[in-house]
Amino acid sequence: MSKRRHEDADGSPYTPHSPAETAAMLDEVGVESEEELFDVPPEVRFEGDLGIDPRSERELRAELSATLAKNDDLTEFLGRDHHTHYVPSVVDELSERAEFLTSYTQYQPEITQGFLQALFEYQSMIVELTGLPVANCSMYDAATALGEAARLSDRVRRVSGTEVLVPELLHENKRAVLDNYVDGTDLSVATYPMDDGNVDVEALADLAGEGTAMIYAENPTVRGTIEERLSAVGEVADDAGALFCLGTDVVALGLLEPPASVGADVVVGEADALGLPTAYGMGLGLFATREDFLRQVPGRLVGAGEDESGRRAYTLTLQTREQHIRKERATSNICTNQAWVALRTAMHLALLGADGLVDLASECVREAESLAERLGDLKGIKAPVHDRHHFREFLVRTDQPAPAIASDLEAEGFAVHVVGDHRLQVCVTEVNAGRADDLVEAFAEAV
Amino acid sequence: MNHDQARYGDDDRYEPLLSEKDDTSVDVGEAGSPLPDDLTRDDLSLPSLAEPEVARHYTRLSQMNWSVESGPYPLGSCTMKYNPSFAEDVAADPNGAVHPDRSAESLQGTLEVLYGLQDYLARIGGMDAVTLQPPAGAAGEFTGILVAKAYHEANGHDRSEVIVPSSAHGTNFASAAMAGYDVVELPSGDDGRVDLEALEAAVSDDTAALMLTNPNTVGLFERDIADIADIVHDAGGLLYYDGANLNALLGRARPGDMGFDVMHYNVHKTFATPHGGGGPGAGPVGVTEELAPFLPSPRVREDDGHYELFEPAETVGKVHGYQGNWLVLLKAYAYIARLGDEGLEDASAKAVLNANYLAEQIDCEIPYGPFHHEFAATAGDRDAADVAKAMLDHGVHPPTTKWPEFVPEAMLTEPTEAESLDSLEDLAAAFNAAFDADAAELESAPSKTTARRIDQADAARNPRLSWRSIDAEE
Repeated sequence: MSKRRHEDADGSPYTPHSPAETAAMLDEVGVESEEELFDVPPEVRFEGDLGIDPRSERELRAELSATLAKNDDLTEFLGRDHHTHYVPSVVDELSERAEFLTSYTQYQPEITQGFLQALFEYQSMIVELTGLPVANCSMYDAATALGEAARLSDRVRRVSGTEVLVPELLHENKRAVLDNYVDGTDLSVATYPMDDGNVDVEALADLAGEGTAMIYAENPTVRGTIEERLSAVGEVADDAGALFCLGTDVVALGLLEPPASVGADVVVGEADALGLPTAYGMGLGLFATREDFLRQVPGRLVGAGEDESGRRAYTLTLQTREQHIRKERATSNICTNQAWVALRTAMHLALLGADGLVDLASECVREAESLAERLGDLKGIKAPVHDRHHFREFLVRTDQPAPAIASDLEAEGFAVHVVGDHRLQVCVTEVNAGRADDLVEAFAEAV
Repeated sequence: MNHDQARYGDDDRYEPLLSEKDDTSVDVGEAGSPLPDDLTRDDLSLPSLAEPEVARHYTRLSQMNWSVESGPYPLGSCTMKYNPSFAEDVAADPNGAVHPDRSAESLQGTLEVLYGLQDYLARIGGMDAVTLQPPAGAAGEFTGILVAKAYHEANGHDRSEVIVPSSAHGTNFASAAMAGYDVVELPSGDDGRVDLEALEAAVSDDTAALMLTNPNTVGLFERDIADIADIVHDAGGLLYYDGANLNALLGRARPGDMGFDVMHYNVHKTFATPHGGGGPGAGPVGVTEELAPFLPSPRVREDDGHYELFEPAETVGKVHGYQGNWLVLLKAYAYIARLGDEGLEDASAKAVLNANYLAEQIDCEIPYGPFHHEFAATAGDRDAADVAKAMLDHGVHPPTTKWPEFVPEAMLTEPTEAESLDSLEDLAAAFNAAFDADAAELESAPSKTTARRIDQADAARNPRLSWRSIDAEE
C-alpha cells in the first residue's frame, strides 16, 4: 500500500506509517489498537476535543502570511540591546542546511564534528574580540547572561560581598531579569549614579567596598554613549575585591577597547547583532571570562582534543559543571541554549572578517553622530543629549511630549523609543541609514 | 549519509579552522577609526575569507554532522522528530522580523500569533493561562518555580523545599536550586514509578512543590497521579509538570486534568521546531487560574479582535530580556495548526507504537513497562557508551546512554513518530549488532564515522577552548 499521504489525509502528515504497516506493528506488539498502548487510568483520561482545526500547508502559509501582514510596515530606528544589521544571504543558505538546523546537542562527538567545530570557532572569535581566554557557546540573551554573571560572582568571590552594583541607567528589562536570577541567592542589586550618560567613577568608588560582589558597566551604554574611563572602573572593582563585569555587543567589540585591557573579569552582552535579523527579541547571550573561573562557567563549552587516529577533533567538555551531572550543584540550569544563533553569528563574522567588522563598527559611530547632529539642528530638539561619543544610538530631548512625537513619527512610518516624558532614543545602522533624511523630515514636522 | 564523505585529505585535522585558512590583523587607527585612539582597540585579528571559502567551509562542516534528516536520532527524552520545512518559510516572513520594542498597536499580526499559541497550549495542557517568554525548557522550569514561589509568598506560606524524583531531568534539580529552594530527592519505587509511601514521608509543611514528568523518564505513566496530586496538595504544595515527555500524551491526557498547577512545554520537542544543534528552544509555562497573576510580564490578551500587552497583577517580572524565542514560537504555532486535533493524537499514537514496536525487535532487556514513547533498555554487562559507539558504525544515532541512573547501563530510546517501519528495522538491527559485538569490536568503534573515538578525558584535563589556545600549544 502506498505510504504517500494526501495533504488532506487524517492524522499527522509526518507519520510515515501506511495502514497496513500500522496493523502489522500492532500485531507484533500484541495489541488490537493504538489506544491500548496508553497506560492512562480512566479518571485522568481526556475525552474531549482540543478544538484545534488542522490546516493544509498551503492554507497555513497563506493564513500566517496574512496574519503577519497585519503588522505595520515601519522603518525601525530602534536599538536598546537588540540591533539590526544586514545579514548576508549566504548566512541563511548555510545555516538552514538541515544537517545544522535539525541536529541536537553534540552528545556523540564522532558524528557531530561539524557543529562542534563551528561552535569552537564561535568561542574562538569571542576570545579574539574580548581578549578573555574563555568564552562559552551561548546564553539566551544579554539579560540572562548578566544574571549568570552575577551568580558566577557569588560562586567565585574572594570577599564576603553580596551586593551587585549596576548603573542607574540600565535597560529595565535587564534589571528585571537580573532581579530574578539573584532571587535565590544572598545577592542584592543596587545602583550607582551616572554622569552625563557614563559611569560616575567617583560616586561608584564611594559606593564600592567590602560588601560589593560585582560591578557591572556597559560599553556602549544603554544610551549609546561610549565609556571613557573603563580602566578606572576596573580599578574600583579590584580595590573592592569585586568582579568587574562589562556588558557590550559583538559589533562594538570590533572597534572599542578590548574588555580584557580595561580589567574586565566577565564580559556579557548580545552577539545576535550579527547573524540574526530582527526577531522580536530573540537573542544570543555573550559570555566570556578569565581562566581562573573556568570551572564555574555556566553553559556549554567545546574543547579541542584528539581522536584515536591522532587527528584533532572537538567535543563538549568540562561537563561536570552541568546539570545533567551535578544536578542542583550545577553552575547553571541552562541546557538547551542558542547554538544555532551562535552558528549564524560565527558565519556572519567569518564573512565580515577583521576589516569588515572594523568598518561596520566605525559606521555605527559615524551614522549616529551624523544623525544626532542633524536632529539637534531642529528647533525644539536637543540631540545628542549627552556630550559623548556615541555608538549606533543617542538620546533626543524634545520640548513637546515625547509620546506624542513618537506617535506622529509612527504615523509617518517610523519607530523610535520613548524613554521619558521628553526623551526619545534613536538607533541607526547601515540598514536604516538610507531613511535618515526622511526621519529628520518627519521629526521636523512632528516637533 | 556516508560518514566518510567529509573526510579531508591525510591531514592531522578533518577540516582546518577558519584561523588556519586566514589570520588577518587590522590596525584600527589605519583603518580609519572615527574615535580617539584611547577609546579603541589597537588592532583586531580575525580570519578574513572570501565568501566562496566561507561557503565551502560551512558546507563541509555540515557534512560532518548528524541530523534528523540524516537518519534515525532516537535520543531518549530529547524527542528528535522530523521538522517540517514549511514552518521555516513561515518563520522567514519579513513581516515577522520586527523589533520587540515596537508598539502593540503596530504589531497586531505578531500579537495575534502569540495569542493563538497561548490559546493552543492552554488547550493542549488543560491550563488556564500561558506565558511564552521562557527561551528554553530549563528556563521554563525556573519560571514555573518562580511563579510557585511568588504564589506561596503572596499567601504567606513559608516553604523551603522542592521535591524531585531521582529519575527526573537534571534541570529540575538545578532550576529549583537556582530559585533558592532546597532540593529533596525522592527515590523511585521498585516499579520505576513514584513510591507513594516515600512521597508521604517526603512532603511536609516545607514543601513548596513536587516536580514530575508524566510519563516519567523511562516512559512509564504515573498511574497514581491522582493520589500523588492529593498528597502534595494536602500538604499545601503545588504540583509542577515537566513537559519534556508531553509528546506521549497529546489529546489523551492533560496535565491540568491530572492535578498539575504549573507546567512548562518544550515546544521544540513536542511541536517539532528544530533544535539547531542544541538550541534555540522555547519553554512556555502554563498555570491554573490561581497562579496566573504571577506569570512573567507582559502577556498578550485579546479584546474584540484587538491584541494588547498587559502586566499580570502580581507578576514575577521577567525571565528574558524581551519576549523569548519568537521564531521558535512561530514555528510551533505553524506545526500545531498543521496537525490539529487528529494530527496531534496521531503523532502521540505513532510515537508510542514505534517505541513499543522497536522494543519488541531488540535483544536487550527492558526492565520497566508498560512504557509509552520511550524505554530504558539496559546494556547489561556491557558499557552502554561502548555499545553506543558501535551503533554509530551502523549508520544510526544511538540512544541516550547511562541515564536515568537507576537503570544500569541505561540506553534510553525514543524513536518518535517520524520513524517508518523500515527505519525502525534498521535501528533494531544496529542495536542488536552492537549488543552482539565482541569486546575488540566495541573497543575499536566507531570506525566509519568522521572522527574516531575521541579522548574526552584528555580534552577535559587539558582544556583547549579556542584557536588561540591551540596556537599557544603548537
